[in-house]
Amino acid sequence: MTGSPSEPYDLAVVGAGPAGLAGAVTAAELGLSTVLLDASGRPGGQYFRHPAPGLGATRPGALHHDWPAFTALRRRLAASDVTHLAHHHVWTVTRRAADDWTVHALTGPDGDDGKPVRIRARAVLLATGAHERHLPFPGWTLPGVVGAGGAQAMLKAGLVLPGRRVVVAGSGPLLLAVASSLTAAGAHVPEVVEAAGYLGYARHPRALATNPHKLVEAAVHGTALARHRVRLRPRSAVTAVHGTDRVEAVTVSRLGPDWRPLPGTGRRVPCDALAVGHGLVPQTELATGLGCATRRTPDGTDALLLDAWQETTVPGLWAAGETGGTGGWQLARVEGELAAVAVTARLRARPGLTTGRRVRDLARRRDRMRAFAEAMAAAHAPGAGWTGWLTDDTEVCRCEEVTAGRVREAVDDLGARDARTVKLLTRAGMGWCQGRMCGAAVAALAAAGRPDGAVPPSPARRPLAVPVPLAALAALPEDPDGPDGPEDH
Amino acid sequence: MPLSNSPDVIVVGAGVVGAACAYYAARSGLSVTVVDRGPVAGGTTGAGEGNLLVSDKEPGPELDLALLSTRLWRDLAAGLPDGAEYEAKGGLVVARDAARMTALRAFARSQTAAGVTAQEVPADALHDLEPHLAPGLAGGFLYPQDAQVQPALAAAHLLRASGARVRTGQEVTAVLTGASGEVRGVRTRAGDLHAPYVVNAAGTWGGEVARLAGAHLPVLPRRGFVLVTEPLPRVVRHKVYAADYVADVASGSAALQTSAVVEGTPAGPVLIGASRERVGFDRTLSVEALRRLAAGATELFPVLAGVRALRTYAGFRPYLPDHLPAVGADPSVPGLLHACGHEGAGIGLAPATGLAVARVLTGDEPPLDLRPFDPGRFTGVTA
Repeated sequence: MTGSPSEPYDLAVVGAGPAGLAGAVTAAELGLSTVLLDASGRPGGQYFRHPAPGLGATRPGALHHDWPAFTALRRRLAASDVTHLAHHHVWTVTRRAADDWTVHALTGPDGDDGKPVRIRARAVLLATGAHERHLPFPGWTLPGVVGAGGAQAMLKAGLVLPGRRVVVAGSGPLLLAVASSLTAAGAHVPEVVEAAGYLGYARHPRALATNPHKLVEAAVHGTALARHRVRLRPRSAVTAVHGTDRVEAVTVSRLGPDWRPLPGTGRRVPCDALAVGHGLVPQTELATGLGCATRRTPDGTDALLLDAWQETTVPGLWAAGETGGTGGWQLARVEGELAAVAVTARLRARPGLTTGRRVRDLARRRDRMRAFAEAMAAAHAPGAGWTGWLTDDTEVCRCEEVTAGRVREAVDDLGARDARTVKLLTRAGMGWCQGRMCGAAVAALAAAGRPDGAVPPSPARRPLAVPVPLAALAALPEDPDGPDGPEDH
Repeated sequence: MPLSNSPDVIVVGAGVVGAACAYYAARSGLSVTVVDRGPVAGGTTGAGEGNLLVSDKEPGPELDLALLSTRLWRDLAAGLPDGAEYEAKGGLVVARDAARMTALRAFARSQTAAGVTAQEVPADALHDLEPHLAPGLAGGFLYPQDAQVQPALAAAHLLRASGARVRTGQEVTAVLTGASGEVRGVRTRAGDLHAPYVVNAAGTWGGEVARLAGAHLPVLPRRGFVLVTEPLPRVVRHKVYAADYVADVASGSAALQTSAVVEGTPAGPVLIGASRERVGFDRTLSVEALRRLAAGATELFPVLAGVRALRTYAGFRPYLPDHLPAVGADPSVPGLLHACGHEGAGIGLAPATGLAVARVLTGDEPPLDLRPFDPGRFTGVTA
C-alpha cells in the first residue's frame, strides 16, 4: 500500500482549502502519488466552507461568488487518484532527509478517536491556511461578540446568524465580505467600523491597477452594502461593548493616525451582536517546528519565507496559500498549483516542467496577487496606538484569564520585552488556544517596553500543532536513533 | 563610548543564576548591572520546570550545593511576590521491584548521611501519598526537601529585588581588559560598560563569554524536552519519578537512572520531563523524546493516558565534562568570575551559587568549599 513504511507517497498535502486542493489535484494529474490530509470532514477549507449535506441547503454556493471555481476543484479531486483523508488532524511533521518525511495525525472529527496515523512521503506541501487575528477591547468576552471570520464560517457551515442587528468591526478587506454575507442572509448591519483609512490603498496604485478582479470584488460588496444602507466608518474602532448577559450596544470611537482612540468621540450604537476581526495570522507552526525561516509581513504577522517555487527554507517542504502571507483564495489556488509543479519537477527530475508558458503565466499571476496582498496588509496594519483602548482590567488571554494590567506589570516591573517572556511571567498564551487568540495583543503590549532594550519579536513556537493524548504519544513506534538513554537529571 | 554610572560588577546573563548573583552581590553592598542579549529568563531558565531537587543527587559537592540552595530558596521565596510559586511539595521516588527498592534504600541511606531527609514509604502506603500511582510498585522514598519554583518568575523577581540595572537585548561582543590582562568591563552594541568585575552567568553560552575574555570553559548544550498537559485538578501531588540503579561492580558505586519526572503545578497542567540529547542548539521536535516522556509518565500514572499534551518545549542544559558547574574566580583572567554549567539543576543551585559568587567578590569566606567547582579545572584541556 502506498504510504506504508516500505512505499511512501510522493507528496503529502496538509490542508484541503484552495491551496491544498489545487496542489493535490495538480500533483496527481502530473502523476505523483498524493495524499491530502485535512482536519475537516469536507474539502474547501475556511473559505469554501459549506453546510453538511444533512442540513438540506439547496444552494450551498449562495454565499460564495466563486462557487464554480470550488466545484471544479472538487470534481478534479473526485476524478483523481488523490487519497483524501478527512478528519485527520496533523500534530507534527518530521523529516529524516529532504525526501523522507513523516506526517503525524490524529483522527476523528475532533481528533479524539484514539487512532494516531503516520503517513510517509517524499515531499510535503503545507497549505494550513490562517486563523483570525483578534485585538481585544473592553467587553470583548461578552456573549454576542464573535470573530468576523467566525461569523462568516457559522453562516457558511450552518446558515446561522450571530444576531439580528450586527455591527461589523476591525480592519481588513474581510469586513466588507462579512457585512455583505450577513446582510444577504437577512441580518441588519448598521455599521462597518474599519480602523484603517481606505486612503491607505492609494499608496499602492500599481498593485491595485494590476489586480482588477479585486476591484470588481470590492464593487460587488460595495453595491450590496449600499443597497442595504450599511454605513462605512473608516478610522474608527469599537472601544467598548455594553450589556450584562450579552451585547446590547457598542461604543464606536474615532481613531488618530496611529489608531489611538480620540477622547470624546465615542458614539453608542445599539446592536445584539458584534463581528470583529483584524485580519488573518498564517498558521505556520508545522513549518517553524522544522526550523523554516519566516518573514514579517507588512501587517505585522509572521509568514513562511518561500522561494519563487513555493519551497520553504527547509528543502523538501513546500507551502502555499496563507501560510506564506494572507492573500485570498485565488492566490492560494495559484500557489498550490505552482508548488505541485515544482515538487513534480524535483521528484521526477523534470526541470522542463517549470519553464512552460502556463507555469510562467501562473508565476506572474502569483507575483501580481502577492504584491496586492502586501499592499492591503500595509494599509490594514494595526497602528501602535491601538493598545490605548485597553483598560487594565480588559482580559487579554481568555484561556488563562490574564488582564492587560498584568501583562503591563510584567513589562514595566519585571522586564518582559517580548511575548514569550510575558507568557513565562503571566501564563498569557499557555492555555488551550496556545496564544492564537491573544498572541498579537500580548506582543503589542510587550513591544511597549522595548525602547530601552530591544529584543526582536520571534514567531510563536508551537511544536504540537494540536493537543495530543499522552496515550497516542506513548504508542508511537520506538526510534533507536532517539535521545540518549535515561540518566540523572 | 563608555556608558555612565559604572557599576562594581557586571553580570552577564539574566537567567536565574545571573539573577541570584545580582541579588546576593547587591545585598553585599555592591552596585550591579546585568546584561543579556535576550530577555529575562530567555535561555535555559525559561525552559526549565523549576526543580529544586536533592533526591537525585549522590553525596558529593553538587549535593552540598543543592542542600545549601534548598535552605536559601525557602528564605528567598518568603520575600518574593506570591513566593514565585515556590512549593515545598516534596519528591517521591518509586521502585518498580524489590531489587530496585534495595538499591534505592542503599542510595537513600548514603544521602541521609550527607544531610538529606529521606523517608521510606512501603508499597501499601504509596497510594496515600499519590492516589493515582500505578499498582504493583515495590515502594519508594519521600524526600520532603525537594521543592519547586516557577523559574522565570523566580528570576524576574530576584532581579527586581536586587535593584540591579538590567540591560536586556544587549549582547556582549567583547570583554574589555587592561594592560595586565585584568577585566575592565564589557562591550555591547549599545556601548562599553566599565566595571572591575565581570560574572559569567551566561548558561549554555558561558563557554562563548569565557572565550571573549580569553579564558577557557568547555560548556556544551544538552537538549531536553518538557511535555505540558491540559490543566487538571491535582492528580499528581509530589514530584514523582521512578529510579533505576545500575550497580557498577568495578567501583561498587550505584549510578542513578530515572524515568520521566511527573509533577503537577499550581496552575493545573502536569509537567513531564526530561529527555537528554547532545544535538547542539537544534530545536527541531524529537518525536522519540516525546514518546519516551509520554510512555514513562503513563506507566507511572495510568490515569494520564487519556490526558492531552497541549504543548512541549525544548531547552538546552549547559553542562561541563564532569557534570559540575564552574563557580568562582577564573585562574587566568583577574576580575573574571564564572557561575555557569549547572546542567539541568540551575534553578535549584542558583542561590548557593549566587551567594558564593558574592562572597568571592567581597573577599569573604565562601559558604562552602568551592574547590570542586574551580573554573580552572579545565585549563589545558583541549576540546
